[in-house]
Amino acid sequence: MRKPGKKMLIQMYEKMVSIRKVEERLMEVFSKGEIPGFLHVCIGQEATPVAVCSWLKDSDYMANTHRGHGHALAKGIDLNLFMAELFGKKDGFCRGRSGSMHLADPSLGILGANGIVGGGIPIATGAAFASDYKKSGQVTVCFFGEGATNEGTFHESLNIASLRKLPIVYVCENNGWAEFTPQTVHMPIRNVADRAKAYNMKASTVSNKILDIHKAAGEAVERARKGEGPTLMEVKSARWHGHYVGDAQKYRPEKDVKSAKQKDCVADFEKKLLKEKILDQTKVEKIGENIDKQIEAAVNFARESPFPVPSELMDDLYV
Amino acid sequence: MKEIRYISAINEAIREEMERDENVFLMGEDVGVPGGSFGVSRGLYDLFGPDRVVDTPISEAAITGLAAGAAACGLRPILEIMFMDFMAVCMDGIVNQIAKMRYMFGSQYAMPIVIRTPSGAGLNAGPQHSQSLEAWFAHVPGLKVVMPGTPYDVKGILKSAIRDDNPVIVVEHKALYALKGEIPEEECLVPIGKAYVKNEGTDVTVVAVSKMVHESLKAAEVLSKEGISVEVIDLLTVSPWDRETVFSSVGKTHRLVVAHEAVKSFGMGAEVSAAVSEEIMDELDAPIMRIGGPFVPIPFSLEKAYLPNADHIITAVKKTMERTF
Repeated sequence: MRKPGKKMLIQMYEKMVSIRKVEERLMEVFSKGEIPGFLHVCIGQEATPVAVCSWLKDSDYMANTHRGHGHALAKGIDLNLFMAELFGKKDGFCRGRSGSMHLADPSLGILGANGIVGGGIPIATGAAFASDYKKSGQVTVCFFGEGATNEGTFHESLNIASLRKLPIVYVCENNGWAEFTPQTVHMPIRNVADRAKAYNMKASTVSNKILDIHKAAGEAVERARKGEGPTLMEVKSARWHGHYVGDAQKYRPEKDVKSAKQKDCVADFEKKLLKEKILDQTKVEKIGENIDKQIEAAVNFARESPFPVPSELMDDLYV
Repeated sequence: MKEIRYISAINEAIREEMERDENVFLMGEDVGVPGGSFGVSRGLYDLFGPDRVVDTPISEAAITGLAAGAAACGLRPILEIMFMDFMAVCMDGIVNQIAKMRYMFGSQYAMPIVIRTPSGAGLNAGPQHSQSLEAWFAHVPGLKVVMPGTPYDVKGILKSAIRDDNPVIVVEHKALYALKGEIPEEECLVPIGKAYVKNEGTDVTVVAVSKMVHESLKAAEVLSKEGISVEVIDLLTVSPWDRETVFSSVGKTHRLVVAHEAVKSFGMGAEVSAAVSEEIMDELDAPIMRIGGPFVPIPFSLEKAYLPNADHIITAVKKTMERTF
């Protein structure tokens, strides 16, 4: 298992800051009404997608969830086209048909985020089946929350993946909340990773710190790549905001939000990099400014992109 | 030509398409070594091995999603769902994933998936193993639904479905599995979306699918002896259905009966009748009659009382003759 070098550490830091800043900006434009519909942000959870996707090639597959901006950005989705899709514009990856909840970019193996909790898990398993069938060496990563592990599709898929030794890593971001319901109410166990035992599958549970996640993901991806079978990885993650933007979280004790914010994976990593002199304050500021510029450019691109027109409504439903 | 059973025609179609294209594979519960619950895939495991004839756990939800993922990544799955009733367990995969993945993701994907499933009553299989649920799937944009009724049609349309880049639900009728019929020795492909006139007639058009085509042909024979000439159309594809063939026949006969085994309410008959009423009402000389199952689960012992048959069609045809506007 190789440890990340200086260049990789900085890249991961940049990616995390970028995801954080993109979503903060999204919350602003969403609140102003520029983006309709629903928006689910992953603020507080940025470490997982960045650490896991740092092990993936463009050709590797990824399936994710409604809280999926971080995963798509970490896998390398183009920020301008990403933003255009969220604005419902024609230049978006899905021609404005998916919005925030169903982003897909097959050219990067981004199979598509899913609006159905647990819906992506068997699809990801199917992608892993396909690469196993073709002996292509591709690995699939499947992101979901702990809430999804109460769905039948989770159990059925893990059973099949373990049976067939499929090249897949199941990544559970356990943020303690299934929409509005805490884990203590919906699950009689605390570690989702315990569920792997039932499927004779390797498992790990790690903190929300990026280097812990990076290590566990590296081992899991390597195992998949070598054809040694799937892994269930659990990250004790933290959701800062509500289920969706605008959710006042009246159901959630304030101290729970406070403790989630204390597990700030971005600030933690920044502190570590500063302490180890991999970054200094000037570099940190410069990284932030560059990202802000990219985000503004993407927002402007999205604003200027045209909406799809009604005459396109019926286009290409069938091949 | 050769004579072959409906069940063997399915087997031949799968075998030929798997030989033609290595990305085609068969997946389902008991399809491998056991050869399928009804024996449809008998021999295929020996020919193609466990990588291409894939026995799965009893996990309908996951294997449906798995087919979606495999198709999105370049394979062409044929998924067997052992009884159509069990497709209730697959609904998220079919309705929210398979049917939408192409459109929702900006038409970036083709979704070449075939879901084959035996439907229908007639084997005293009871309320959870006898239903005809084609209307559920015909109601979902993004899917195609076919219901072949003969060995020739099932072989030809299944082959077309496997080659189609869209998801196709192939509804087989389990009571037809033993039916014998002629098919050509050479390649036979039956197009999706095209209806066939199975009996020409001039007085009444009967549009039917699957096993009800045979009941309609029986009815037509009886009625011809009474001087009523019935045109029987096998719709074959429920969605997208062949409006042109139906409209042109109704334009000739001016009377319409639609027959299916699924419950009458909100069924395929309702769709065909409504479309004829909307588009060519002025061609009709009598009210349209629908034949379908009663609005009740299919009981184990009273199955015969449930099943619509040729007598029901005869009665309906006579009513359309009597009820001239």
